[in-house]
Amino acid sequence: MTFDVYLNVVVAGILTGLVYGLMALGLSVIFGVVRIVNFAHGEMMSIAMYLAVVLFSSFGLDPLVMLVPIAAVMFAFGYVLQAGLINPFITRPEHSQFLLVVALAIIIVNALLIVFGPDARTVQTSYAYDSFQLGPVLVDASKAYAGGAAIAFAAALFAFFRYSRVGTAIRACADNYTGALVIGLNVKRLYALTFALGMACVGAAGCMMTLIVDVTPIIGPAYTLLAFVIVITGGLGSMAGALFGGILIGLTEALAGLIFTPSAKSMFAFAILVLVLLFRPQGLLGQRLS
Amino acid sequence: MTSHKRPSRRRVLAGAAAAAATTTLAMPAIVRAQGKGPLKVGVLLPRSGFEAGIGQDCQRGVDIAAPILKSLGLPALSIINGDTESNVDTAREHAEKLIEDGAQLLVGAFDSGQTTAIAQVAEQKGIPLVINIASAPQITEQGYKFVVRNFPTVSMLLNDELSEQKELFALVGDEPKTAVFMHVNDLFGTGMSKGIHAMMPKYDLPYKILEEISYDPAARDLSVEVTKAKAANAEIMLVVGRLNDAMLITRELVKQRWTPKAILSMGPGWYENQYTKTLGKLSDGPMSLVPWYDPNKKLSKTLEAAFAKAYPDYNLNTNHVFTFEALLVAADAYKRAGSTDPKALAAALHATDITDNVTIGPGIKFDANGQNTGVRCGVVQNRGGKQVTVVPKEAANAKPEWPMKPYQSRA
Repeated sequence: MTFDVYLNVVVAGILTGLVYGLMALGLSVIFGVVRIVNFAHGEMMSIAMYLAVVLFSSFGLDPLVMLVPIAAVMFAFGYVLQAGLINPFITRPEHSQFLLVVALAIIIVNALLIVFGPDARTVQTSYAYDSFQLGPVLVDASKAYAGGAAIAFAAALFAFFRYSRVGTAIRACADNYTGALVIGLNVKRLYALTFALGMACVGAAGCMMTLIVDVTPIIGPAYTLLAFVIVITGGLGSMAGALFGGILIGLTEALAGLIFTPSAKSMFAFAILVLVLLFRPQGLLGQRLS
Repeated sequence: MTSHKRPSRRRVLAGAAAAAATTTLAMPAIVRAQGKGPLKVGVLLPRSGFEAGIGQDCQRGVDIAAPILKSLGLPALSIINGDTESNVDTAREHAEKLIEDGAQLLVGAFDSGQTTAIAQVAEQKGIPLVINIASAPQITEQGYKFVVRNFPTVSMLLNDELSEQKELFALVGDEPKTAVFMHVNDLFGTGMSKGIHAMMPKYDLPYKILEEISYDPAARDLSVEVTKAKAANAEIMLVVGRLNDAMLITRELVKQRWTPKAILSMGPGWYENQYTKTLGKLSDGPMSLVPWYDPNKKLSKTLEAAFAKAYPDYNLNTNHVFTFEALLVAADAYKRAGSTDPKALAAALHATDITDNVTIGPGIKFDANGQNTGVRCGVVQNRGGKQVTVVPKEAANAKPEWPMKPYQSRA
């Protein structure tokens, strides 16, 4: 196999990994602050994917243009969901939280099945089949746009947490819950805001994902699992870790498929997860909790 | 004295229970013996779960059947729907439930695993089963008395698919020398792969398989797989997969700017409505070697017209025609049996001899094992968003377009 083939596969793997990373970022943000493990993560992303598909098929609105509005809708959905349903479970045992989000996941899958039926739906943009020739490398246009948007969205989120007062307050909640209460922060509101931000990430990732894959009601669980593999590899609660984990998993799957057999590419992603759990349980960029 | 005249409460209850038991026990015999009303047919399909799309597609074959069967002078069928939920255990449970609910004959169930479970229930309960689609050979190798199948077994499929490739190459006057083989890595894909390798020498096919690429049927992205296939630089592409991967492969072929001389699919996916509807002009060209209908048969034309009227956005395909034919077989057997008695129905099913049918082959006739050994595959090509039959010659309604038009030159 020539060097060009490897180069093409590496580029494709990185671009796919960036979108994976953004999707997992939402999960990491929510866990890092609210300490809720969202087992309905992929299912919530499938809601955003259907929103993008419906807006495209009904009004011809490009998912890349709708990225911010859909992220805003998911933000509002996340805020209401956390404040109204999840917040009472924050202090309850973990198994109660687990059952709540799993129930939510099942409801979402079945509601989507009832509303949209079982057939796969897709977004056929004008650039859906385009590719750019950069020397020996053929870059899939949809993946390139999705990867670029993932970088922009993640950068905006990083900036928000680092430089805004609200972002700093959320980080304070994550670092020291009691301390945050003592200094008078409205923790409940900040938790709802964090969950909403996580959902905004999911909304943006869902929009971009529609450029790459078809959406079906049962697509969610596979992405929930993928998001967990990524955040555990990168470091649960670490935003940079989620993005890094996404790229690593995307790249590993691509190269394993090329060098070994495509059938085994998921196996390699899980092998990385096992190795991380064995030798660096806090994740590659995560911090060990005391 | 009064005690003799007035029945005690215990006696009344005992009498009522006896009467109820007599009625309940006698009812099935009465119902089964008569043959005047419609035959109650339990149609088991994967209507939900991961095979929901195909199950619901099969249902379209059920929905258009009634008026056609009536026009053929066949008795009415009363359909009771069952959902296997794409799950073997659920298929078994729902088969039992349909029989409890009064189904006098079962039809189903697209998937070999689920159909195997239903066949066991049908045989155990003594209720006939007409298989619409399922190719696992063992289903009709068990010596079942109540099970018939109007669909090819895996070995029949492979024999047809390989022999018809030679027929196709002769027809186009071209013998490709190299191929790349892509297939799903589930039971169906690996089974087909083993079968193809085992049977290829027998058919002396002109090409050599340069690279075999297996992939996960639930794959979200097949860019690496197509990159690998392209790098093999083969003339044609052989595929065994399903709808999801058929669409992913096609998109990648376009994006990676590679059009093989031909795409030969030995399985579902490439001819399905969603494939042609979603991909538009990009869906044209691939050929599917699958059990299909003979467009030149009289009943096929009737079925095509009825289907086009009921579902103008869909093309008639394997799922519809084989499900329709299962009901045709059931109604025909019921007419000849003149009874809903399961043994009489089973005997009538085994004596089936329908020549006015839809699928490719001489007609519907079952051997001692309940297998229709005459049902054949065809080679169908996607053209203009529809399918045309190019092989076998007797069922063809178009000439093959060879080689495929390059994806990049399609507007």
